[in-house]
Amino acid sequence: MNGALRLTGRGLRKEFDRRTVFRDVDFTAGAGETLLITGRNGSGKSTLVRIMCGVLSPSAGTIALEGAGDPHLRAGLVAPYLQMFEEFSPLENLQIGAGLRGMHFDAGRARELLERVGLAGRLHDAVRTFSSGMKQRVKYAFALQHDPAVLLLDEPAANLDEEGIALTRAVMAEQRRRGVLVVATNDLADVETFERRVDLNAAR
Amino acid sequence: MVLKITLGVLLTAVIVFGIGLPMSPHPQAWYELPVIPGLEEKARIIFFHVPTAWLSVVAFLTSMVYAVQYLRTRDLGYDIRSSAAAGLGLMFCILATVTGAVWAKFNWGSYWNWDPRETSIFVLLLIYGAYFSLRSAVEVQEKRATLSSAYAVIAAVTVPFFIFIMPRIMPGLHPGSKGDPEGAGPVVDFKMSPNMRVIFFASLIAFTLLFQWMFSLRVRAAQIEARNQQRG
Amino acid sequence: MPHGRSRAGAFLLSVRTVFLKDWRSELRTRYAVSALLMFVVTTIAIILFSLGSEGASPDALAGMLWVVIFFAAMSGLSRTFVMEEERGTTLTLQLAAPPAAVFFGKLLFNLVLVTGINAITVLLYAGFINGFVIRTMSIFAVAVALGSIALAAASTVIAAIIARANTRGTLYPVLSFPIMLPLLLSVIEATRKASEGAYFAEAGGEFQLLISYIVVVVVSSSMLFEYIWKD
Repeated sequence: MNGALRLTGRGLRKEFDRRTVFRDVDFTAGAGETLLITGRNGSGKSTLVRIMCGVLSPSAGTIALEGAGDPHLRAGLVAPYLQMFEEFSPLENLQIGAGLRGMHFDAGRARELLERVGLAGRLHDAVRTFSSGMKQRVKYAFALQHDPAVLLLDEPAANLDEEGIALTRAVMAEQRRRGVLVVATNDLADVETFERRVDLNAAR
Repeated sequence: MVLKITLGVLLTAVIVFGIGLPMSPHPQAWYELPVIPGLEEKARIIFFHVPTAWLSVVAFLTSMVYAVQYLRTRDLGYDIRSSAAAGLGLMFCILATVTGAVWAKFNWGSYWNWDPRETSIFVLLLIYGAYFSLRSAVEVQEKRATLSSAYAVIAAVTVPFFIFIMPRIMPGLHPGSKGDPEGAGPVVDFKMSPNMRVIFFASLIAFTLLFQWMFSLRVRAAQIEARNQQRG
Repeated sequence: MPHGRSRAGAFLLSVRTVFLKDWRSELRTRYAVSALLMFVVTTIAIILFSLGSEGASPDALAGMLWVVIFFAAMSGLSRTFVMEEERGTTLTLQLAAPPAAVFFGKLLFNLVLVTGINAITVLLYAGFINGFVIRTMSIFAVAVALGSIALAAASTVIAAIIARANTRGTLYPVLSFPIMLPLLLSVIEATRKASEGAYFAEAGGEFQLLISYIVVVVVSSSMLFEYIWKD
């Protein structure tokens, strides 16, 4: 567990087209903690998640992740709006993921990871042919491959059956041991426990 | 207020003197303009056509500078200025192209000849057109600003190449190009008597001030519109 | 987490991954290449039919070759970015790879694609269009090579812009043409000289311009790309 790890956001504001999505959002979360983001549909949960990943700039405010390594090894994201490279197989997707991040690809470890998320036997089929539940599992593998300091789950239980939800819980528990876990959802049943919370309903 | 009046007086003077002053072969009095062989009365276009062409380039550079500022700061105010300048630039570019074509008809017999300078102003027109097509295709303000600013910069970067390649490739008809049949020489330095030069530079200044004034009006209008949108 | 890689090594691996991903994807579907080939064949056929028995001057034929090449480029070179938007994988790339790596990887892909298509276009054009004659092959070869690189450079950044604008493809030629004019004029002039049998040194001016154009466009595109790519 990395004691120096801390994700901090201060005074975050995002505007699109002169419309303020949220303002004055503050939060902090350290290793071993879960940050829960709640809010109505359209309140900007996914926008805030994107800002935390570093792919979207806030209109105002700062966000920082201390104690982590390379920017591209910091965050892992699982979300309905994050697509895999569907013309490739799960194993190839992991190979691409590693390469994009500038990491050495360990095929053995990748296979293990894919089996752990429940994709054994489908390692070489194009993701295009998968059901949405299975695609979600590929996304988990893709996000976990580089042991991210921050794991962000947007609607973690989407498209998953009972087995899949058990997987989610296992992943969440493991991330809490390793680093920071961020969960964006409206269904509080999704998280077993959380230490910090941002409620976007109050941030308009 | 003073600026507006000065501008009005200056422009009126330029128009009156540019068009009204008589031309004679051996100018004696201060108000007589020389006759340039081959151009004669058509030379008067210099007072109007050249400044508009000049301004369409200035506007483009202005737009690019503001575009760079927007990309660096993400302050939408810079984007307002960038597109205001571009809008004016487009207007002056159209004016320059049209006045040029009309003059060409009178002087060389046809509206368009693909002379290097004609082609250059046409390319500038294409760039403006592309810039505004891009802007109208993007609805989200921030993205519209980012993408059109990026385009303005890349266009500005390639324009110098165009200026260099043109003279190599085509001899020109324009007064001042290497193939000028009339031998009238470079546009500004030749045979312009002192009083012509005064009117010409006065025109240049007047048009530049006009640009400044219209630019500040457009920016203010856009800012007010933006504030209204925010409240609503 | 074992790295064993320097910054530069990691970056190059990123670039290579972006390139190979597009390359392998293309190999599987063969979408872009077959569409482009058909486009080139059709266009040359149209030119043949419209010329009929008349033929055209060598100058006109030199220009027309590059018209075909330009429009083929417009048909195929935006795909690398537009495809990511259509499939929703832009975010995936934004997340995992440095922006510069995405730019250079896709630039490389466009370079390979345009060079291949241009080679085929030139062969078909020279083979089927009578009256198109090249007397100084060295000028022509260098012109096609430099022209292809310049085309790839300019088209990639514009492709990124229109992909992020989510517009229909019609804006692509509109935005590209003014940017590419210096390059087109240079290669057409060089091709004309090659047609007439000029000495290699006579095309020096055009080649100098093309090389500096390539450098300027690649450098400014790579700097602009990060702004275009990230929201």
